[in-house]
Amino acid sequence: MGRYTARRLLQAVPVFLGTTFLIYALVFALPGDPVRALAGDKPVSPSALAALHARYHLDDPLVVQYGKYLAGLVRGDLGETFTGQRVSDLLADRWTVTAQLAVTAWVFELVLGVTLGVIAGLRRGKAVDTAVLAGTTLVIAVPVFVVGYTAQLLVGLEWGLLPTAGTEEGWPTSYLLPGMVLGSFGLAYVARLTRTTLVENLRSDYVRTAAAKGLGRTRTVVVHTLRNSLIPVVTYLGVDFGALMAGAVVTEGIFNLPGVGQQVFQSIQLKEGPVVVGATTALVLVFLLVNLAVDLLYGVLDPRIRHD
Amino acid sequence: MTRLVRPARWGAAALAALLASTACGGTGGGGRGDSAAPDGSYSVALTEPDHLTPGNTTSSYSIDVLNGVFDTLVTLDPADGHPVMQAAQSVTSTDQRTWTVRLRPGQTFQNGEKVTARSFVDAWNAAAYGPNGWANNYYFANVEGYKELNPEDGGPAPRTKALSGLRVVDDLTFTVRLTAPFSPFPMTLAYTGFAPLPRAAFTDPRRFDVHPIGNGPFAMDGDWQHNQRITLKKYAGYRGPRPAKGAGVVFRIYASKDTAWTDFQAGRVDLVLNVPPAHLPQARRLLGDRLRGTPSGTMDYLGFPVYDKRFADPRLRKAFSMAIDRRAVVDAVFNGAYQPMASLLAPNVPGYRKDACGEACTYDPAKAKQLLAQAGGFHGPLELWFSNADSSYEQWMTAVANQLRQNLGIDRVAFRKVPASDYLSALSGRKETGPYRNNWVMDYPSAQDYLEYMWGDGNRMGWHNQRFLDLLKRANSAPGLDAATPLYQQAEDIALAELPMAPLWNWTDYSAWSERLRGVRPDPYVSLRLDQITVK
Repeated sequence: MGRYTARRLLQAVPVFLGTTFLIYALVFALPGDPVRALAGDKPVSPSALAALHARYHLDDPLVVQYGKYLAGLVRGDLGETFTGQRVSDLLADRWTVTAQLAVTAWVFELVLGVTLGVIAGLRRGKAVDTAVLAGTTLVIAVPVFVVGYTAQLLVGLEWGLLPTAGTEEGWPTSYLLPGMVLGSFGLAYVARLTRTTLVENLRSDYVRTAAAKGLGRTRTVVVHTLRNSLIPVVTYLGVDFGALMAGAVVTEGIFNLPGVGQQVFQSIQLKEGPVVVGATTALVLVFLLVNLAVDLLYGVLDPRIRHD
Repeated sequence: MTRLVRPARWGAAALAALLASTACGGTGGGGRGDSAAPDGSYSVALTEPDHLTPGNTTSSYSIDVLNGVFDTLVTLDPADGHPVMQAAQSVTSTDQRTWTVRLRPGQTFQNGEKVTARSFVDAWNAAAYGPNGWANNYYFANVEGYKELNPEDGGPAPRTKALSGLRVVDDLTFTVRLTAPFSPFPMTLAYTGFAPLPRAAFTDPRRFDVHPIGNGPFAMDGDWQHNQRITLKKYAGYRGPRPAKGAGVVFRIYASKDTAWTDFQAGRVDLVLNVPPAHLPQARRLLGDRLRGTPSGTMDYLGFPVYDKRFADPRLRKAFSMAIDRRAVVDAVFNGAYQPMASLLAPNVPGYRKDACGEACTYDPAKAKQLLAQAGGFHGPLELWFSNADSSYEQWMTAVANQLRQNLGIDRVAFRKVPASDYLSALSGRKETGPYRNNWVMDYPSAQDYLEYMWGDGNRMGWHNQRFLDLLKRANSAPGLDAATPLYQQAEDIALAELPMAPLWNWTDYSAWSERLRGVRPDPYVSLRLDQITVK
């Protein structure tokens, strides 16, 4: 398993180089002069323009720019934004917010999703099952911004239960509502996935055997059936953790959480290469690590899967 | 999401006077206790600024903060915009070209350093020095020596770091020599780009940008928390004309104005400076006197490429202008929030005449059609230019296109939607092949700021009128506003008669505040007078 992990981590290096270059090239290819765009309607003196171009290496060809970026990276310098903020500081702030949001959403969809799935699976065809089915269909059908604004207006504004926006109250208070909104789609998915696989596994031979051996129903369900049913759920939850980190642009916007999603969105508009590359590369690393963790978890859940 | 950096609007956002009335109840603002800010402080919704070094920002969001931290030499009178001394004791000139600035004695920065003539001269030199790349560089272009600090493209680096036009006379006096007579000069000094800087700004510029130290009534309370908040507290050592009445201000930073509005309704923020037009009907219903709209200095125009011979006839341009129903567009696209204009100047500029444009800006489809026929009609496809910076641009351009189609019978209309970062270079390169959206944000409330920069030498329309230029020159060297105004108006009349660019509407800025606040008197010149506001 150690060797397997090491090999997977080594594979991450070319992936890292490839993505950074690709993203850098994409930002480079965006039209327009970012410095001039920043100045808005006002004229910029040629010497000021030249000074800013030099500061952000904007006059260099793509390969040279990328080389300078990598050289900085080796020294631990991620570059600067157009407003003179260090990208490393900026990303540290932003990643803290996004990570708190993603973890909240993820725990929410894991706990509530699996619980709902199990309940529905065990009471197949009953009212509870139908209610879960209907509820999750609704959540999947409604776009996230509708869920977001509705939750904000009802829970935050009308009932005053949770803060409407911002990070003032800290974790978890400020993150509960956006976390639930962000996790709602995944929750619906996890619940349905759990239910379906559970129902399928409850019909399988080994469950009948266990029952014939005289094993209690609780033990059969929790230790044997559920464990087997969780493999697709774990896969989904793993991939989804990455997606939660990356796909929070809308939720972050509605709830005014200064996270990575918002930053990438703004920086693409401003053509801020170093920020876009830094943020997305970190995201790629998160995906790689989560996928590795998921693969390792398979082995724990299903002894037939071995990594060596 | 709109533009992250909005250019200078220090004369912009704001509203007519009067105190906040307690008469109106209802929900919205201050509903849920005092979670908004600590004792005696109040909170203001803000968008993330770009910089907090006064010489290096043109963002209105930075300026809203800096207006509390710095005292500029002059400020503008809330009623008519005339310059009122603030950090200066006097700004005088005999020839409108060499100006003498005397400072009010006894001022200190918030770190105890004395404010001297040097504090201003150093700050101005830093902004004017091209290689620093500061955002307000261009505001110093009319000071002597600017060219030496800003060599043309590819030229050698400047050999000096100081404007030759600035001269320190003594501790509290300095002189400014301009490249030409310029009577609105004292007015321009109200802009935060001309604020003084202490030594600390040069020893550690990076630190200064997140923790500016100024000479104003409020000092920074801790560093700027990017994307979250900026906190100001009353500066006890302030000896100027506008001491803070409240204990402090918390700027809460929002990425979206819609979210700021929701938070305002939940009572989590006390003051919102730019209520989005979409929320206006609701705001009017809920807030009564705690919602105010005033004209800003920001205008939208429809420019014509006069250098293109299809647009060379003034009658054709007039026909276009008269075929546009400005009121209908404003109602449909902006919820009636903006004001249709028949003047090249914004309503808060001295010398503004409500109906300067006359018939040419009145909606009259029949006359428009007649004028177009006299001009020989319009041939070929009509291309309309705008940028993709905000979705409302396309909405109003579509409305205008429909009116031109209906009223002038031009049926081949195409849109040229250009990326925001390329739009202005396309216009200054005269690449536009048809009428285009032109937006102007006022720098200072002078007719010169509109007429010279948009219709003067090197304008985007390719329009040239020597009589217009001569009038501007005479107005700029006239001794004082009263002498200059009629000359600016004559120049405006020429630009309106030829109409190379037609006025469309003026942006109105709406502010809303909670029941906790007293003394909020938004005016059309300084969007937020932080020192005036108190908490109940």
